[in-house]
Amino acid sequence: MAPVMQTSQPWVEKYRPKQVKDVAHQDEVVRVLTNTLETSNCPHMLFYGPPGTGKTTTALAIAHQLFGPELYKSRVLELNASDDRGINVVRTKIKNFAAVAVGSNRHGGYPCPPFKIIILDEADSMTQDAQNALRRTMETYSKVTRFFFICNYISRIIEPLASRCAKFRFKPLTEEIMGSRILHICKEEGLNLDSEALSTLSSISQGDLRRAITFLQSAARLFGSSISAKDLISVSGVIPNEVVQAIFSACRSGNFDLANKEVNNVIAEGYPVSQMLSQLYDIVIDADDISDEQKARICKKFAEADKCLVDGADEYLQLLNVASSTMQALSNMPQDMAF
Amino acid sequence: MLWVDKYRPKTLDKVIVHQDVAQNLQKLVSEGDCPHLLFYGPSGSGKKTLIMALLRQIFGPSADKVKVENKIWKVDVSFSLNFFFFSFRMQAGTRTIDVELTTLSSTHHVELNPSDAGFQDRYVVQEIIKEMAKNRPIDTKGKKGFKVLVLNEVDKLSREAQHSLRRTMEKYSASCRLILCSNSSSKVTEAVRSRCLNVRINAPMEEEIVNVLEFIAKKEGLQIPQGFAARIAEKSNRNLRRAVLTFEACRVQQYPFTNNQAIPPMDWEQYVSEIASDIMKEQSPKRLFEVRGKLYELLTNCIPPEIILKRLLFELLKKLDSELKHEVSNWAAHYEHRMRLGQKSIFHLEAFVAKFMSIYKSFLVSTFG
Ligand SMILES: Nc1ncnc2c1ncn2[C@@H]1O[C@H](COP(=O)(O)OP(=O)(O)O)[C@@H](O)[C@H]1O
Ligand SMILES: Nc1ncnc2c1ncn2[C@@H]1O[C@H](COP(=O)(O)OP(=O)(O)O)[C@@H](O)[C@H]1O
Ligand SMILES: [Mg+2]
Ligand SMILES: [Mg+2]
Repeated sequence: MAPVMQTSQPWVEKYRPKQVKDVAHQDEVVRVLTNTLETSNCPHMLFYGPPGTGKTTTALAIAHQLFGPELYKSRVLELNASDDRGINVVRTKIKNFAAVAVGSNRHGGYPCPPFKIIILDEADSMTQDAQNALRRTMETYSKVTRFFFICNYISRIIEPLASRCAKFRFKPLTEEIMGSRILHICKEEGLNLDSEALSTLSSISQGDLRRAITFLQSAARLFGSSISAKDLISVSGVIPNEVVQAIFSACRSGNFDLANKEVNNVIAEGYPVSQMLSQLYDIVIDADDISDEQKARICKKFAEADKCLVDGADEYLQLLNVASSTMQALSNMPQDMAF
Repeated sequence: MLWVDKYRPKTLDKVIVHQDVAQNLQKLVSEGDCPHLLFYGPSGSGKKTLIMALLRQIFGPSADKVKVENKIWKVDVSFSLNFFFFSFRMQAGTRTIDVELTTLSSTHHVELNPSDAGFQDRYVVQEIIKEMAKNRPIDTKGKKGFKVLVLNEVDKLSREAQHSLRRTMEKYSASCRLILCSNSSSKVTEAVRSRCLNVRINAPMEEEIVNVLEFIAKKEGLQIPQGFAARIAEKSNRNLRRAVLTFEACRVQQYPFTNNQAIPPMDWEQYVSEIASDIMKEQSPKRLFEVRGKLYELLTNCIPPEIILKRLLFELLKKLDSELKHEVSNWAAHYEHRMRLGQKSIFHLEAFVAKFMSIYKSFLVSTFG
């Protein structure tokens, strides 16, 4: 018989702060929203910044704190990119939601201000047309609704929407803050992480706490309660440094066949080439003995290969091309593809 | 039955390579649950084998009782995503279309290649998941279990289909687990990858391949001369499936094995190698025309164009001077990319050959006058 599902909640959800004050490292927005809790006043908001820095968490927390569990459903509408957000859908959903009037009585100890909140998560994936359509909607219901736009890139939100909002940039979390959140989870879950593992986790997650927590949970599932730096690297998809260095040394050697052999090895090992490019990039940028001009030549190739990979080009051929071009740049060989 | 099927390990404790991964997988499902999983690694490295063994570990022998079905899915296509070839029939906001797809299923899981549905891939995936969520298996205590959906070749899944997966993966997480299988993880979107436990399956090392071949030889009661298995492994390019197939081909060709017995190459590889020689010997429109016929021949035999291009590059690189290697590999990458964006792969294969001929000819002229 089929085994029974265990309700094992993902830790990303389990350890999502429930209160605005518990959101780490984003002091400005926390200050403004704490004020909101007292005054029940709130402008439209635009949260932007890299993934896993607390944007969704903050929006959900303030909404919960303002309305409490009972009123939440009737006062807060969440829409994200996986929902169908064609223009008409958005308009109708928001219209139906916003049109029902609200009172302003405090309810169960929550402030319950006289407006509704509409959270548009991943708003940068909405089309320009849909965003334009929203302008009108925002105006029409401005008295009774507050919009929270959440996105990674503020440049993808059209100016007329952005200018109506108070904007907050969410910063990538520092390694210290990541470290302390992670230690907190380890304590709750009874995990053992040595200091090397902890700093590895902070650095491979690159300021994205969601990734850090996901890696931690994956490693815990696979390797039990004692987790090493190596375990974390293996679940993260980060390529071990030796492998990246091997490619780079082959490029320095000027030996095409050696580079080809290393490229073949990367492919056989199943390492994603897009990841390889970003790790190689870090090495190239940091290298002291490579001139700026050489770096520029190499990075230009990285950019081209990255685009080709997105288009679905073959990983082996792209990495070989990058390796060969890097080699040529390092030995100052001319490199032109004349048509 | 071919040896590749006959000697595919059925359970996680019987695998010969990837024992470490198999152990981890056992731990992973020891409490009956499992997260969404993404298996990635080169072809012939053992992904499918591990996935099947994992299903058996979770569900027991009944996971092996699979039936093949050719099913027609009725899917509602919304107006905004119409395509030119059926748009003329569209009037209302949505219409229903039929998508035919082959699935492999047991009572606990369904397996399919969603990319076979082409443009409709996203709808098919959604439909199947919804249907699976409706028919949840119920255990003796009346509790609901989950079903597993195995999706092959997710790297070929359209971006839209991958995007629509992210929400589905959360929404139906109580009733459905996804096991995704892909040759390359670069082509799986970050959002999908980050919702799965990623399991990298590397191509086995030559020594490991030798172990598998020796295991098969023992089971078949075959004597293998010293170094024979190693030669097969070396020729296999770390592709285990290929090594096992070649081994069986050798057996058919000649037994008892001899030390100097040739390891037969794949027919199509032999053919590409001839094309490479043709190109090196003469660079002319006439020769290009002949080569084109041969490329066509390969394509009509269903050898994927990028595989042809890579093999051709491999053969050419063996014959070239080091300074030309850079240029030729650059062009190979260039034309393969174009091929991916275009529709007629023969154009791009031929363009690569023409480009090569021109480079090589001017090299010859400048070197030898
Ligand atoms: N600033 C933060 N303070 C505390 N936890 C955070 C913070 N940022 C992210 N997290 C953690 O990471 C997870 C993802 O955060 P989320 O708010 O969904 O990120 P995003 O910025 O991508 O919307 C949350 O579950 C939470 O546990
Ligand atoms: N772990 C293993 N131990 C022994 N033989 C294996 C193992 N994995 C795969 N094989 C052999 O290799 C063949 C190809 O493996 P498969 O799982 O189909 O590769 P992939 O799905 O990665 O293309 C199988 O048919 C089987 O004969
Ligand atoms: Mg978010
Ligand atoms: Mg396969």
